[in-house]
Amino acid sequence: MHRDAEHPTPLGRNPGPVRVGIGGPVGSGKTALVAALCRTLGAEIPLGVVTNDIYTTEDADFLHRQAILPPARIRAVATGCCPHTAIRDDIAANLDAVEELVRAEPSIQLVLVESGGDNLTATFSRALADLQIFVIDVAGGDKVPRKGGPGVTSSDLLVINKTDLAPLVGADLGVMDRDARARRGDRPTLFTSLRDDPGATAVADWLRARLPAVAVGS
Amino acid sequence: MLPPAALLLADTRLPAGGHAHSQGLEAAAAAGEVHDLPSLRAYTLGRLWTTGLTTAAMAAATLRACSAEGGADWAGLDAEAGARIASPVLRDVSRRLGRQLLRAATAAWPDPVLDGLAAALPGGAHHPVALGAAGAAAGLDDHAVAVCAGYLSVTEATGAAVRLLGLDPYGVARLVAGLLDEVEAAADEAAAPRALADLPCPSSPRLDAGAQDHATWEVRLFAS
Ligand SMILES: Nc1nc2c(ncn2[C@@H]2O[C@H](COP(=O)(O)OP(=O)(O)OP(=O)(O)O)[C@@H](O)[C@H]2O)c(=O)[nH]1
Ligand SMILES: [Mg+2]
Repeated sequence: MHRDAEHPTPLGRNPGPVRVGIGGPVGSGKTALVAALCRTLGAEIPLGVVTNDIYTTEDADFLHRQAILPPARIRAVATGCCPHTAIRDDIAANLDAVEELVRAEPSIQLVLVESGGDNLTATFSRALADLQIFVIDVAGGDKVPRKGGPGVTSSDLLVINKTDLAPLVGADLGVMDRDARARRGDRPTLFTSLRDDPGATAVADWLRARLPAVAVGS
Repeated sequence: MLPPAALLLADTRLPAGGHAHSQGLEAAAAAGEVHDLPSLRAYTLGRLWTTGLTTAAMAAATLRACSAEGGADWAGLDAEAGARIASPVLRDVSRRLGRQLLRAATAAWPDPVLDGLAAALPGGAHHPVALGAAGAAAGLDDHAVAVCAGYLSVTEATGAAVRLLGLDPYGVARLVAGLLDEVEAAADEAAAPRALADLPCPSSPRLDAGAQDHATWEVRLFAS
């Protein structure tokens, strides 16, 4: 699949593989979602991962340990005290990492870029991510969708994770659903428990449907 | 007179990747060498007159080489720049930041000079060479690009200090303002025309050693 000026894909803003940004607060399940998508889509679509760790290369190390992807398909970027700068204001290191992935493995058609855990104001530059998934969890409180912020309101997909914990923390999923709809209009929201569904089936289905230009299964 | 293009080239918000690097400050802070405004001033001044001056001189020489007949000898300039960086970690950082600056400069100032550099060095140029080429594309002269190099050597370190140590940002602004005469003096020294082999390259072993050590830390905020 080539995306060039003459044959732009629906997502064809950026050259090279389709890039999907995965953002959200600390510990909401971004890395777990990346691992799940690698498990579910990895056999269909040649993919790579860029992690943006704040202090360490922990997320990349976790993915290495899971051995879901060959090591050459995972790159870690350091973000210098400011995780959202690296995905929004100055995306140079992330663009480099995507280029390095493609150089090492030219067949890659999809790159998942996990941002460092941040706050609700974080958002990916459109020059870095063709699609954005924002991951929050029920344990952060059921008022999070109401608080809004660009991740909640304008991401292409909002994932509300850890539904298995809802009864334990007294989170009302109905409230979260209602507030998410109010904030997001027509944009989709999915509830997940990556504990119960380590393949993130619903998110993978959504992503697959958004990648028409990627030769799925070829 | 510094042309307005210099303001953009010397702006730490130009998306050229610098924000992820502390200019050695994270290592110096951990060693207890930088902890307040006076120690930050001493650190920054030391950087300016060592690695800052070296970078500025190399950038100025590169800028002059851009107008040479037949174009610049990119491989030669790049080798000269690399030879002036003792630490393998910092050599790697320099190449990375050079590549990132080239991407930003090409977007801001599309120019055959930058295309020539990219074609001659597909793996990317060292940062001082990229800075000199960017300065040429932006229409600066050698002194102006040296001012940019010196200024960035100061502000990238002080910016990291604000984020890492929570130092008073007004105090840091005063500190930077107080160093501008030094930046100018370093640029004067850096931009004096010399043969490549005779460019100043005062070394900074403490920074080199700190960078080598920093790269081995398991937990760190900055890439270098
Ligand atoms: N109960 C439960 N735990 C989950 C779920 N998804 C992830 N976790 C756990 O939540 C913790 C954080 O998950 P990560 O995937 O590391 O979260 P993250 O968003 O990548 O975190 P940072 O990168 O540090 O911001 C881990 O202990 C996961 O095992 C879920 O659906 N239910
Ligand atoms: Mg993570």
